[in-house]
Amino acid sequence: MKNTIKFMIGLLAIGLVSCEPEFENAVSDEGFYDAGDADFSNYVALGNSLTAGYADGALYMSGQKDSYPNIMAQQFSFVGGGDFTQPLTSDDLGGLLLGGQQILGNRLVLSADENGNPFPAPLDGMPTTDVVSSETGPFNNMGVPGAKSYHLVTPGYGSVAGVANGTANPWYARFATSESSTVLADAASLNPTFFSLWIGNNDILGYATSGGSGVDQTGNLDPSTYGGNDITDPNVFAAVYSAQVDALVAGGAKGVLLNIPDVTSIPYFTTVPTQSIPLDAATAGAVNAQFALYNGALGQLVAGGFISAEEAAIRAINFVEGINYPIMTDVDLTDVTAILIGAGLDSETAALLGQLRQVKSDDLVVLTASSALGSVPDPSNPLGIVGVSIPLTNQFVLTSTEQDRVATAGAAYNAIIEGLAAANELGYGDMKSALADVAANGAVYNGGLLTSTYVTGGAFSLDGVHPTPRGYAFTANTIIDVINTTYNASIPKVDIGTYGTVTLHNN
Amino acid sequence: MKKVLLLTVLFLATAVTYAGGYRVSLQGNKALAMGHTGVAVINSSELVFFNPAGLVYLENKLSVSVGAHGVLADVSYQNSATGETAMTDGGVGTPFYAYVSYQANDWLAFGLGIYTPYGSTVTYQDDWAGSHLVNNIALQAIFVQPSVSVKITDKFSVGGGPIYATGGVNFNKNLNRTLVDLDGNRSEVTLEQTGISNWGWTASAMLKASENLTVGVNYRSEIILSAEDGDATFENVPNSPLTPFADTTFNADLPLPAELTMGLSYKHNDFLFAFDYNMTYWSAYESLAVVFGNDTPDSVLLRNYRDASTYRFGLQYEASESFTLRGGYYFDESPVQSGYFAPETPRNDSNGYTAGITFKVGSRLEIDASFLYLQFNEVDASYDYFVEGSGGPAGLINQYSSFGGTYKSSVFVPGLGITYKL
Repeated sequence: MKNTIKFMIGLLAIGLVSCEPEFENAVSDEGFYDAGDADFSNYVALGNSLTAGYADGALYMSGQKDSYPNIMAQQFSFVGGGDFTQPLTSDDLGGLLLGGQQILGNRLVLSADENGNPFPAPLDGMPTTDVVSSETGPFNNMGVPGAKSYHLVTPGYGSVAGVANGTANPWYARFATSESSTVLADAASLNPTFFSLWIGNNDILGYATSGGSGVDQTGNLDPSTYGGNDITDPNVFAAVYSAQVDALVAGGAKGVLLNIPDVTSIPYFTTVPTQSIPLDAATAGAVNAQFALYNGALGQLVAGGFISAEEAAIRAINFVEGINYPIMTDVDLTDVTAILIGAGLDSETAALLGQLRQVKSDDLVVLTASSALGSVPDPSNPLGIVGVSIPLTNQFVLTSTEQDRVATAGAAYNAIIEGLAAANELGYGDMKSALADVAANGAVYNGGLLTSTYVTGGAFSLDGVHPTPRGYAFTANTIIDVINTTYNASIPKVDIGTYGTVTLHNN
Repeated sequence: MKKVLLLTVLFLATAVTYAGGYRVSLQGNKALAMGHTGVAVINSSELVFFNPAGLVYLENKLSVSVGAHGVLADVSYQNSATGETAMTDGGVGTPFYAYVSYQANDWLAFGLGIYTPYGSTVTYQDDWAGSHLVNNIALQAIFVQPSVSVKITDKFSVGGGPIYATGGVNFNKNLNRTLVDLDGNRSEVTLEQTGISNWGWTASAMLKASENLTVGVNYRSEIILSAEDGDATFENVPNSPLTPFADTTFNADLPLPAELTMGLSYKHNDFLFAFDYNMTYWSAYESLAVVFGNDTPDSVLLRNYRDASTYRFGLQYEASESFTLRGGYYFDESPVQSGYFAPETPRNDSNGYTAGITFKVGSRLEIDASFLYLQFNEVDASYDYFVEGSGGPAGLINQYSSFGGTYKSSVFVPGLGITYKL
């Protein structure tokens, strides 16, 4: 009896000790994955909103946790990666306060009306993230929403005092180490062993999202004179970018440089169709009658040598039965307002016609135009319809001419980035091609197809510019591929199907 | 005796049992020690389960067997493509049994058995990589089986009886791989129903072909546990008409499949050799279909199990007046088909190695101890039929995703019981 009990206790002990099933080759074993030639123990990410994990028009906590650098850092942990700190916001609302006053709005969520029709809406609630109650930087994630290339080396870009007067960035001001510090210096002070640099998007994106409202500053080498929506001169870009790479590799760090995607890859520019005004034959005829005078005047302007015949053809207005191109103001057209006033037109009508044309198939109408198109801004004038009798303003259309400026500058930046990656033997992430492929073909993942279609495609958040967590996971995988190839590493990737897309919520 | 019964029932209140399919073959310490053979072994009142026809051949007027097993089961999971890992929380399951047989006369015997042939408890860490398939599941079923055994001739007997099954289920999973509420908490559902009962039956026959050779066959019918108006509780669901998940009732059927066993035993001096063949009709388990009481979209988890065989070998040696030694082996075929390997029943083929000892205390009482080591190979497997999206953006609906990786299970089962003969 006694022996039996001893025997049983013995067996039980064996069972308890050896119960945990172990794999022959466990992923947690040292050497299962390989860091290759790189050292991931101290990874620092530099960049803009994309690096910060910005989404749905805001920077909020759960979005930051799904930033591509954070996803990469989690995967780096399999090959000796260390802690990865981020300047997390205080809540999931995303709005930003400056001394208790809200200066930036909350994130967008996907709401639905009683019929189940979805629409993006700002999330209700009072945010708690305040620029003034600073976080103690620097952080491994040095992504600063809104930053352009030269901002990373601009002293005072993180000055809390500068936020109010518009000379500083509120997100960087949250965690800048001093009023005069630069993003680059703060990042370099971390002595990274590995870095990623994805900067330059905003050097063209501000111009693009504002429908070309800014100035193409190519040729102007003084960025302190640039406005927020301007295109950065490629030489300025080259200077600041190479300074950043130099500072980051100074300590022997390896890293990856990421190039700038095309704006045509993102739903902010591809969701609203160029043809959006439905008219029946009678209405089209009536509208055309209104523009008969203008179309006639175009011939006289050509005859007078004010515009070319080519421009007249571009400016001619013609509505037809069916879905029409809306009318718009194109600032690249010859402004004939004064001439029309001289010809006896009232100044209001002359201004309306001064740079008027219809949208063309190669223009891009921005996402925010969807609420303007077809609207009647003055209820007392039911004939005043945006797109039909009131032109879409410049900010709503990125014309083909403006697209060319963006593409030219983007190509110049990318050539610089690729050159510096080669010169410094760093990884070069061709994010432009990756995103273009998602936009054109979609990316197959376990459980679906990731596309750039607004809301349903899964890649882009509700602001139409920034990725969803799933889009960021795709980004992280793309970069991990580059790192694995460049540094002979074998870092595991993530299953992007396990990352969410847009947040469903009714206020 | 009453105390022991009470104790086992109390054990059950916190019972966690190992998920193998969800059939738990631990219905007697003597039998388990011999590879869980017993359809042709005339040994004790364990026959109520293994072959009630044999009860009439027991030598004692009254025979009682009571016991329990402690199941130490764990499952490890890893995915080398992503680096994800998981391990079940190792609880101790305690399936139990109690059998009584009574010889009414020369040709008639009665029996009563209470046992737990089905059950499953698997607990993963909440929100683990496979949480859209299961966070945790606890399934329990108790069978109560009165039996009668009739000797037709000196060498041939038949037996059987009705089975009353009662059980409960508690199943928690996340709604899908990504749905979260505003604060990022994963949306989940808990299905709970207790006191589900149904009836089945068992029938068997035994032939003493010669002095040394015994042959037996036993069939136990399928019993479907039908949850009706169970509680479906949804948590962390976004406040949106696009995600219409509200607490409601649910109906679901879970089949406890039929099992056919054929076997023989051969006695030679102090040795007894036994062989059993089990066929479990798992093909009854086609899907776990959950029908909700309101507009909530129904959930269908395809299972497509196939019938599975088990081959059991046992050896008994009566070493002395006091000691009987036993050993055994069985090969247990998995009912899970390729592509349907779901983590709530992470079962691949296994090899069971068993041993045990019976110690006689006086002439009436025996103490039975057994030990089972169930050996699993690592298996690369996946469940390929999870339907993505439940009310999410339209493009995500009705798209299958796959969840897979490498699984490794380990199961140790020490057991202890007593046999009392009068």
